[in-house]
Amino acid sequence: MASTSSKVVLDPLVDNNPITLQVLGICSALAVTTTLLNAIIMSLALTAVTACSNGAVSLIRHHTPSAIRIIVQMTIIASLVIVVDQILQAYAYETSKKLSVFVGLIITNCIVLGRAEAFASKNPVGLSVLDGLGNGLGYSVILLIVGAVRELFGSGSLLGMPVLPLTTDGGWYQSNGLLLLPPSAFFIIGFIIWGVRTWKRDQVEPAEHQIHAVHRQEVV
Amino acid sequence: MIGGLLQLPNDDARKIVFVALGLCLVCSLLVSASAVLLRPIQQAEAALDQQRNVVVAAGLGSPDMAAADVAASFAQLQVRVVDFETGWFNDSIDPATYDPRAAARDPSVSSALTRAEDTARIGRQARYATVYLQVSDNGLQRIVLPIHGYGLWSTMYAYLALEGDLNTVAAVAFYEQAETPGLGGEVQNPRWQASWEGKLVFGDEGDVRLRVIKGQVDRSSPQAQWQLDALSGSTLTANGVSNMLSFWLGEEGFGPFLNKLRREGV
Repeated sequence: MASTSSKVVLDPLVDNNPITLQVLGICSALAVTTTLLNAIIMSLALTAVTACSNGAVSLIRHHTPSAIRIIVQMTIIASLVIVVDQILQAYAYETSKKLSVFVGLIITNCIVLGRAEAFASKNPVGLSVLDGLGNGLGYSVILLIVGAVRELFGSGSLLGMPVLPLTTDGGWYQSNGLLLLPPSAFFIIGFIIWGVRTWKRDQVEPAEHQIHAVHRQEVV
Repeated sequence: MIGGLLQLPNDDARKIVFVALGLCLVCSLLVSASAVLLRPIQQAEAALDQQRNVVVAAGLGSPDMAAADVAASFAQLQVRVVDFETGWFNDSIDPATYDPRAAARDPSVSSALTRAEDTARIGRQARYATVYLQVSDNGLQRIVLPIHGYGLWSTMYAYLALEGDLNTVAAVAFYEQAETPGLGGEVQNPRWQASWEGKLVFGDEGDVRLRVIKGQVDRSSPQAQWQLDALSGSTLTANGVSNMLSFWLGEEGFGPFLNKLRREGV
C-alpha cells in the first residue's frame, strides 16, 4: 500500500507528468506564468482543486449514475473552483486580480476532469486524493519552471525581487520582451518536453506515419 | 427513504434525479457559504486596494506600505463627489457608497457619449466622480482625480494628482490595465510614472496640452513641460493615455470643475 501511494504521488512528477507526457493543461501554463508568484498561486489553486475533486468524485463513485457522471464531475469541479476563487479574492487580492479569469478557467483544465474520470471514478478515496495531489504537483513543477524562466529573463526579477538589473532601471540587463508574451511559454514547455524525452526514452511516442521512401533524400 | 433511493440501481431514473438534485444542493450550499462568509474580507481588501491607489497617487505612500499606514494616510484626504453637469461638488452624494463603475452602467446616472465626444473610448460617462482633496490651512494642496480610457486592448484606470495650482502634475498612478506586458503594460512602470511629476496639464489658453509624444522628450525644449516620454513599441497605448488626459481634463470631464475651483477655492 505504502509503495502504491508513493507511486501515485510521485509518478506524475516526471514519469507521467500531465503537461509534458499527457500534454494537458497547456492553456493556463501559457497564460499565468509571466511571473513566478502567479505561477505559485495558480499551482496551489489547481492542486487543491484536483485533490478535492478527486476525493469528492471517488466518495460518491458507487452512486454516480454513468449517464450523468461527467456532469456530476463538472458540477463538483466548478463548485470547488468558485470556492478557491472566493478564497483568493479574500486572502490574496492582488494576485487574484492578476490571475483574473484563469482561476475560473481551472474548470476547463483537462487535468482536473481527466483525473476525475480516469482515476477517481474507479479508485478508493485516499488513493484518489493522492493521485489528485500528485498530478497537481506535476503541473506545478512545470508551471514553476516556466514561471521562473519567464520572470527571470523577461523582467530580470524573481518573485518581484530584482536579480538581473534592467537597463531601464540603470542596470546592464536588456530584458527579453518575448518571454513576457504567451508564445514564449510554448517554447519553454517544448524545450522541457524535449529534455524529459531525451532523458526518459520510453516517453517518446512511436511515429504515427512512416515517411515514404520517395521523399527521403538519403535513400535516393 | 434516502437509504431506499441509494439502494436503487444506478441507471434507475429516480436515482439519477435524486443524485443530481442532492449533488446540486450540496454544491450550492458550499458555494453560497464561501461567498457569504468571505464577502466582508473581500470588501475590506477591495476598499484597502482602492485607498492604497489613491494614497500612492497623492504622493502620501508607496505601493507596498502596510495596511494600517494606508488607512492613516487616507484619513488625511477629504473625499468628495463632483457633478459633471454642474461642474461643482455635490455633497448630497455619499462618496462612501457611490460606486463610479456601477454608475457608468446605470442609465439614470450616466449618459452615452457620441463618437465625437468619446475621445477616451469609454462608451458611457457617469454623471458623478469621486475626487480626493488634500487641504491644509493654506488651502488646497493636492487633488486626486480618477481617469480612465481605452488603450490597445483594455480600459486603463489611473489616478492623476494635481498640485494646488490645478495645473502641475504631482503624480500619476495607473492601477488597472491589461495592455501588452513589457510594452503598453509599462504604463505601470514606476520610473515612467515618476516622469509625469512636475509636468503641466493646461496650455496658456486653458487647452489640455499634456500628451505622450513619440520618442524621448527633449528636455531643453520649451514644450517639454507638456510632453511625456513615449513607451517604446506602444503607440496605441500612448495614444490612449493622451486621449484620456484630453477627455477627462477637458470640457466633458473635470475642465469646468477645475476652472471653478481655481477661481473660488475649495
